Amino acid sequence: MRIGVPREATADQRLVAATPKTVEKLIKLGYEVVVESGAGAGASITDSDYLAAGATTAEPATVWQSDIVITVDAPELTALAEMQSGATLISRLDPDGSPAFVEAAQKLGITALNLMSVPRISRAQALDVLSTMSNVSGYRGIIEAAEAYAGMFGGQVTAAGSTPPARVFVIGAGVAGLAALGAAGSLGAEVRAYDVRADVAEQIESMGATFVRVDAAAQESADGYASDLTTEQEAATARVYAAESAAADVVVTTALIRGKAPITITADMVAAMKPGSVIVDLAASGGGNCELTVPGQKTVTDNGVTIIGYTDLPGRMPKHTSQLYGTNIVNLLALMTPGKDGELAVNLDDVVVRGITVTHAGAILWPPPPVQVSAAPAQQAEPAPAAPTPTQDAGTGAGGSSEISAKADATSTDAAAKPAKKGTAKLVWAAIAALLVIAAVTFSTPTFTGHFTVFALAVVIGFYVISGVSHSLHTPLMAQTNAISGIILVGALLQIGNDNWIVTTLAFVAATIASINIFGGFLVTGRMLAMFRRDA
Amino acid sequence: METLTQFVQAIYLVAAVLFILSLAGLSKQETARLGNTAGKVGMVLALGATVLLAINESERNRGVTAALIFLALGIGALAGSWKARSVEMTQMPEMIAILHSFVGLAAVLVGFDSYLTDSHGGAVHLVEVFLGVFIGAITFTGSIVAWLKLAAKIKSKPLTLPGRHWLNGGAVVISLGLMGWFIAAPSIWPLAIMTALALFVGWHLVMAIGGGDMPVVVSMLNSYSGWAAAAAGFMLSNDLLIVTGALVGSSGAILSYIMCKAMNRSFISVILGGFGADDSTGAAGSGAGGGAAVEGDHTEVTPEEVAQLLKEATNILITPGYGMAVAKAQYPVAELTAKLRADGKKVTFGVHPVAGRLPGHMNVLLAEAKVPYDIVEELEEVNDEMATTDVVLVIGANDTVNPAAEDDPTSPIAGMPVIQVWNAGKVIVFKRSMAVGYAGVQNPLFFKENTSMLFGDAKQRVEDIVRAL
Repeated sequence: MRIGVPREATADQRLVAATPKTVEKLIKLGYEVVVESGAGAGASITDSDYLAAGATTAEPATVWQSDIVITVDAPELTALAEMQSGATLISRLDPDGSPAFVEAAQKLGITALNLMSVPRISRAQALDVLSTMSNVSGYRGIIEAAEAYAGMFGGQVTAAGSTPPARVFVIGAGVAGLAALGAAGSLGAEVRAYDVRADVAEQIESMGATFVRVDAAAQESADGYASDLTTEQEAATARVYAAESAAADVVVTTALIRGKAPITITADMVAAMKPGSVIVDLAASGGGNCELTVPGQKTVTDNGVTIIGYTDLPGRMPKHTSQLYGTNIVNLLALMTPGKDGELAVNLDDVVVRGITVTHAGAILWPPPPVQVSAAPAQQAEPAPAAPTPTQDAGTGAGGSSEISAKADATSTDAAAKPAKKGTAKLVWAAIAALLVIAAVTFSTPTFTGHFTVFALAVVIGFYVISGVSHSLHTPLMAQTNAISGIILVGALLQIGNDNWIVTTLAFVAATIASINIFGGFLVTGRMLAMFRRDA
Repeated sequence: METLTQFVQAIYLVAAVLFILSLAGLSKQETARLGNTAGKVGMVLALGATVLLAINESERNRGVTAALIFLALGIGALAGSWKARSVEMTQMPEMIAILHSFVGLAAVLVGFDSYLTDSHGGAVHLVEVFLGVFIGAITFTGSIVAWLKLAAKIKSKPLTLPGRHWLNGGAVVISLGLMGWFIAAPSIWPLAIMTALALFVGWHLVMAIGGGDMPVVVSMLNSYSGWAAAAAGFMLSNDLLIVTGALVGSSGAILSYIMCKAMNRSFISVILGGFGADDSTGAAGSGAGGGAAVEGDHTEVTPEEVAQLLKEATNILITPGYGMAVAKAQYPVAELTAKLRADGKKVTFGVHPVAGRLPGHMNVLLAEAKVPYDIVEELEEVNDEMATTDVVLVIGANDTVNPAAEDDPTSPIAGMPVIQVWNAGKVIVFKRSMAVGYAGVQNPLFFKENTSMLFGDAKQRVEDIVRAL
């Protein structure tokens, strides 16, 4: 099949859906790639780079006629109309925002795949465009802040005196937040971060930043989601935002819920900030977390605070963002090309494929069923801090649980697929074994029966006790059971006192080797266990 | 006297419970040490009570009996603790195998004794003796062969005698006949002949199993040693022995089952021997035996290039295999890990359940070299993360990272879950040469484009990389 990479619809969009590197990978999957002349210009990729990677270049008409068309932004309806019926479009769509587009795609018989709705399960991470974009935005946000900030990020000690490092406060430790605090940290700033989910403190600290604690912090409810903030908690959180932003040189906000941005930094808080400080609003596309943000623009307040509300941060680094975006697409196509033969398979049983399919085979399949449990629709960009709704943790919380249920699904179908015959055969064998045991016990002595009862129960206990053993402990466990089975020594000891010297000799030998077992086994187990240690 | 016997029984009960708790404790890292202690306490109690009882019931001068008992315990304690202290972690499989053989031998001796002291017991007792000796003898020679193979004192290639299944089957049938004779006319002869036969079966059974299946064999023998102890318990009417033996027996059986599942092979096929060597395909271990032939070019790298690669990577996975144990490379590997982690890189270990020659062997080696256990992960966990991994270092592993298990249905290891290292950005394979692994299967991984080979002694090479960093 042929993949077409057209030039993006708007001139502002500097990203491109494929780079020479990803073209190579697409070809390896068995596809043929055709790139519109000049498609990579915004990302500094020339036509000859594409040609060298094995693609061909062509006029727009040819590109749009491809079996698969990949773009960064949703194409214009006119461009869409040029596509063949039965072809596939892979792009960042907004099916809820523009139903007309969905209808058009359905009428044209186009399979539309929306990269903005990749389910947040770990298997799909490699194709999660939202993560990619958030990551890049977080980084670029800090770079923009560094440019706007009146001082140096890293503390300096010079012959002419010293300057302190910039103090950066990041609200929300989702993908963008973590990327931002990582970038700020590597520039030498002193980074502090806050998130309503107390359990991300570890992630924040792992990036070298300080986690800001709120006394009345939100508590997670039993189902793993953050519970509603009480009024008291909200007030406490707002106090922390005010205090931290007043002390900070740079504030980064990242709260975005289903494309909407709650207000976390009020006009009053901005008024209390130091002149020359900077606010980077990574949620500007949703209206902004700061009350004074103007989406798409950089503004300066009366008290000299710069507010950066750019919405095109990923596009400001077109080379690498295109590379990452293109790789997301490669990973998606790898998933959908099981044969690596350049034949696209739309397997709607796969939750990932189902989750991104908007239209297919003349039918509208939007919205997709939630990925088991009550998983949030995937437009949700980031787990949002400070947002007093129960869904704010969906980014991570629901991702985890949905994967578990997906796995459970797979197992249950597996089990169902197995012929019932096997189960019957097993039952028959079990019945025969039971009959044999019953017969053996019936014709034996009462003492034997007693012992046999103990034996059978012990086997069952052993089975349950060991079933959950972790792989790493197999060796110590084996050494330990070895030592314990040296208990046969008990038998040998009782025979040593026999008045027959042959018996005594044999028993003595048995006792000696069995005790080697006991001492050796226990000591070596202890030695091994002493070596296992947790990361300090 | 009655009171003493009852007292001893009570102690046995406590000991049995302690043993159960001990095994339960050992299934988790957090409680493992407590489990070890519970086992020791149980053993001390059981032995103390038994010594008391044995001396009390002695038919000969009590002083002599006591002296003999303490002499036996003394020798055992000395030899056991010396061995436990001196054994190298890489030799753990051998140590465990030889310990299994001790239990087997002890079971045989106790069985003979039990017959000699009570030769006129009922048919039930005779059957118990017979079975106990049978299992004990198989465990004994089987473990000896496993030990010899693991210690590389004999070749680990599977031995395939003509009609070997018939040999084993025949031996079992003859033993059953001997059991009939033994019950009808109790004498030492049928018992002795059967012992010889069982010794042969144990030897032959393990001789037919190749080196790659050793983890299963060792845990299977672990199980047998438990059943032998349980059988001894039946003949001596000792519930403690029965409980303990059954615990060990079923735990070993489960471990074997887990191992088999990890290799996607049925227990029966492992026990009957020869990786990829069922009777139709002929000799085992011959590389061309099964699977599509793999050909291609491999690329080589230098330790300096690997060091450079590691400097640029942020997410690194190390998959160790038996080769790391052979080269004793775990210390330099741990040093490398510490260095990389100090540079803020994420280093994870991916351990395949059957890597090494003993279940969990790699974990023990890494623990010895002070690699924290929480960065050592299992197959599924690392496979999920593979796409985001920049560099994978495959150190002495081969079959456990072989893509043929997934891609090539004709491969002898088809269907075995493997660590999908090829999905990572870059794979570096440490290897002595291009030779095949234990399964005798060529590895297409080596010819993949994102794979580079680093030839030479694993320890040397890792040290070179550490130096270059």
